[in-house]
Amino acid sequence: MDSGPAMPRDERTAGRWMGVLILFILTAGVVSFIVAAHIWWLQPLASREGAASDEMFNAILAATAIAFIAVHLFIAIALIRYAAHGRRPAAHWHEHLGAELTWTLVPAAGLVILAILAEIVWAHVYSPPPANAQVVEVTARQFLWYVRYPGPDGKLARTDPKFISAGNPLGLDPADPDSKTNVVVTNEFHVVNNRPVRVVIRSLDVIHSFFLPNFRVKQDAVPGRTMSVWFTPDRAGPYQIACAQLCGVGHYTMRGNMVVETDQAAFDAWLAKQGQH
Amino acid sequence: MDALAVHEGAAGHEAHAESFVRHYIFSLDHKMIGKQYYLTTLLMAMVGGALAMLMRAHLGWPQNGTLDPGQYLAAATMHGTVMIFFFLTSILTGAFGNFLIPLMIGARDMAFPFLNMISYWTLFPGVLVLLASFFVPGGPAGNGWTSYAPLSAVAKFSPSGGAGQTLWAISIMFVLFSSLFGSLNFLTTIINMRARGLAMGRIPLTLWGIFITAILALLSFPVLTAAVVMLILDRTAGTSFFVPPNLLVAGQVLANKNGDALLWQHMFWFFGHPEVYILILTPMGIVSDVISTFSRKPIFGYKAMVLSLSAIGFLSFLVWGHHMFVSGMSPLLGAAFLGSTIAIAVPSAIKTFNWCTTLWQGRIHFTSAMLFAIAFVSLFVTGGLSGIFLAAAPVDIYLHDTYFVIAHFHFVMAAAALFSIFAGTYYWFPKMFGRMMDERLGKIHFVFTFLGIYATFFPMHFLGFMGNSRRLYDTSTYPFLSHAGPIDVFISLSAFMLGAAQFVFIYNFFRSMLHGPVAEQNPWHANSLEWAAPSPPPHGNWGPSLPVVYRWPYDYSVPGAAADYSPQWQAPSAVAAADGGQ
Amino acid sequence: MTADAIKTRPAGGPGGGRPPEPAGFGRGGRGSDPAVPGPAVGTAMIGMAAALTAVTMLFVAFTTAYLARRQEPGWGALVIPPVLWLTTAMLLASSGTLEWARRRIAAGDIGGLRRGLTATAWLGGAFLLGQLVAWRSLAAQGAYISSNPHSGFFYLLTGAHGTHLLGGLAALGIIVWKAHAGRYGVASHAGIGVFALYWHFMDLLWLYLFALLFWA
Repeated sequence: MDSGPAMPRDERTAGRWMGVLILFILTAGVVSFIVAAHIWWLQPLASREGAASDEMFNAILAATAIAFIAVHLFIAIALIRYAAHGRRPAAHWHEHLGAELTWTLVPAAGLVILAILAEIVWAHVYSPPPANAQVVEVTARQFLWYVRYPGPDGKLARTDPKFISAGNPLGLDPADPDSKTNVVVTNEFHVVNNRPVRVVIRSLDVIHSFFLPNFRVKQDAVPGRTMSVWFTPDRAGPYQIACAQLCGVGHYTMRGNMVVETDQAAFDAWLAKQGQH
Repeated sequence: MDALAVHEGAAGHEAHAESFVRHYIFSLDHKMIGKQYYLTTLLMAMVGGALAMLMRAHLGWPQNGTLDPGQYLAAATMHGTVMIFFFLTSILTGAFGNFLIPLMIGARDMAFPFLNMISYWTLFPGVLVLLASFFVPGGPAGNGWTSYAPLSAVAKFSPSGGAGQTLWAISIMFVLFSSLFGSLNFLTTIINMRARGLAMGRIPLTLWGIFITAILALLSFPVLTAAVVMLILDRTAGTSFFVPPNLLVAGQVLANKNGDALLWQHMFWFFGHPEVYILILTPMGIVSDVISTFSRKPIFGYKAMVLSLSAIGFLSFLVWGHHMFVSGMSPLLGAAFLGSTIAIAVPSAIKTFNWCTTLWQGRIHFTSAMLFAIAFVSLFVTGGLSGIFLAAAPVDIYLHDTYFVIAHFHFVMAAAALFSIFAGTYYWFPKMFGRMMDERLGKIHFVFTFLGIYATFFPMHFLGFMGNSRRLYDTSTYPFLSHAGPIDVFISLSAFMLGAAQFVFIYNFFRSMLHGPVAEQNPWHANSLEWAAPSPPPHGNWGPSLPVVYRWPYDYSVPGAAADYSPQWQAPSAVAAADGGQ
Repeated sequence: MTADAIKTRPAGGPGGGRPPEPAGFGRGGRGSDPAVPGPAVGTAMIGMAAALTAVTMLFVAFTTAYLARRQEPGWGALVIPPVLWLTTAMLLASSGTLEWARRRIAAGDIGGLRRGLTATAWLGGAFLLGQLVAWRSLAAQGAYISSNPHSGFFYLLTGAHGTHLLGGLAALGIIVWKAHAGRYGVASHAGIGVFALYWHFMDLLWLYLFALLFWA
């Protein structure tokens, strides 16, 4: 170790290596994102409402990419340029009000804009569902999803845990006439293309999380509470329901199937088949 | 408990022979207690690391069935618990806090040395209880380190929910009490026992980090203590604080329960978010000091650093709800937490810019400590930026509880905190053990750890983008994740490299402790007060009189001074004299 | 060394324009120099204040959960066990005897100190016994810890408070022993002041919990 500016010292090799290492991290980070964007990216979007959050995702990605690149470039240049060498002393300055205000206010302004945009999208996600929304109830238990469709009158029958039995897993109240017309299926969630759907989410035991990756929907199913989310599917086809909250040893098996039927007629035909048995 | 007795007692015990037990086991000396913490938490880090390796061995090749689902969840739960409570929390305050505070403020010991000893000996039974839980029927807890109720509150919900989960709760209580004892000791010591001339505006940023951490711990740990007591009662005494009515357990409806499942989450995260800052504020301080020392340049914006540390500490109590955006909490509350969470990014950004600016026009010495400190900034930036995705609630809906979250918090609090611990170890090792660590091994360790940590955690962002939920034993259930396999294999291989590189550190640590070159009093030519004490400092730290402080700890490369550092204990008249008046 | 000299900074370099270094937040510590005036508040008092902050947060957590839960259905009603009035009176009296003891020692009356402390200890012990009687009488009503949320919180809050008071009683035992061993004098009883802060805090905490459990 030297004992001050008087003693020459050369750390430029180390500085170059460390600078290169930081640049390598920078390059690898950026390249891996570009590669991943083609292979390992968000699930294909299949809902109208999801577009806004995807746009927000892209905007944040662009902003954070700039910050990531800028900071790493700055560090790499500083390391290469200011490695100790010869007798060159370090500068001695440590306050600059203008600089500090700049990097307080500029990120703050960007974050305020982000917060406002996020609040707007958030409010929309949790806005009341449209009047024509189809209602479906999804009830989670270890480790499956019960999906209940109302009968022709659009009503879900009352439930009470005291009626729960092997043949009546949700505990529909037999005294309620709607209990005759409600259709309960397991792990099959069907909806209609381009028709908003309001999903009522419950749990019979622990906390689960109802996750529809393609529809940007995730809502915990909390025992003792009734949650609800809505969205409008706009691409017909088969999808999957995932459980996104640790719910026990079988958590990883808790997959449900989801189908966006091409139109109401196809959905009605499917539902009629379910009601037969 | 007499104020006077504390000071007099501390001043009086320099030269007297101690028995082995009093010196190495039930020691009252803050330095020995700090070393006890260091070695205990290092051991726990190895346990936590081994569990991580097991998880990766399974996740890379799930078809081999290395672990069964219960074992996998237990490994994940215990990895998180061990690393967060028994490694990071305990090493940052217990080891660094204990060792550094009295030395940095020029005191002979902590304000309450006996309480300090109790603090370590409260952690230790917690370690034993946690390790014992591996050997009870049903194995250790497997409900995640967050132990969400009612899964954790009703034993029959999971096979691992037998005694393991209860022992988990008990061991957490031990850690919390240990940290609380430590925190009130740290606060009192820093407030009341500073050397002459050492105003709060002159203490090193490491101490500011520890000081604010202690305040956060004092305010947040009791809340988790309350929650854990209630969880234990729910599991053992039939109460139902967290168990909602009419749960279906093994085909039966559970009668006479009337609790609330979200209450646990609110209590847990009210503690949990300050906790993540407890894990990062001290590292921020350590890194500030290391970067300043090895840039031979004052830290840029000391006041801004202190204010942003304080702002982060304050805001950390207002953001817990961002862990609960999809929990069913009221969307209005969600909107409020969105705002507060984004606000906390501002002070974090200020700190990053200040570290970068400190490097600029410096005279950088690339020691192992400095390399880890620079890498800390890179890791903190990466983790901080991914946090913005999660703070934006609508985007969080998709990313919540996926591997993106794992990537985020591993960068920002696991990797960054770990790197600050390495930086701190390479930096203060000479003071702790009186010997130098091997710099060549340190640099080898650095390169493989830095590359390893990026290679392990960076690809997890992509798993998160694909919607890969965390805590999944096997992703093959989900066809939409069928192309994730190569990423999992790459992550596992990287993790093994990362794990293997740590043996270099352990070898270097113990070999240097026994055979390293003897350290000078101030090998790095640093300014803060701990370097005024001999390496290692004797019991009582200082000679007959306590040091006096004349300046702040960042007077590097003062124009006109003879040396490129002007230590805090150097009198102004001595500045002009040659070679720093040590 | 005067305070001014301590504040002196090394002169700026010839370049000039260097911004002033932070002047600091407050004054420096005192180290071990008896000439420097000691801290305004004793070390033990700061430690106790920090500990009580943590205790406060513990009960803030318990009672926030309590208040949130009480809004929900199925709360359950408890009848106040009459013995709680008596225990409350005893705890208040114990704070009184403790203050009396502190006045006696300030006046140099060691015997008065012993009598006051001993009375405080007996009253504190009686309070804890009374709390146990209250538990028994609730159990006799059929209100167990698992019966309903109200009873669950009753046992939780009284139990947590009782545990803290038991700790205080243990410390009081040591203080009584020290008083009998003649360790306290007119000028050396700061430790009793620190203890009194804890004891009075437990007193106020009980009043808060008592009011919360049955009236709020």
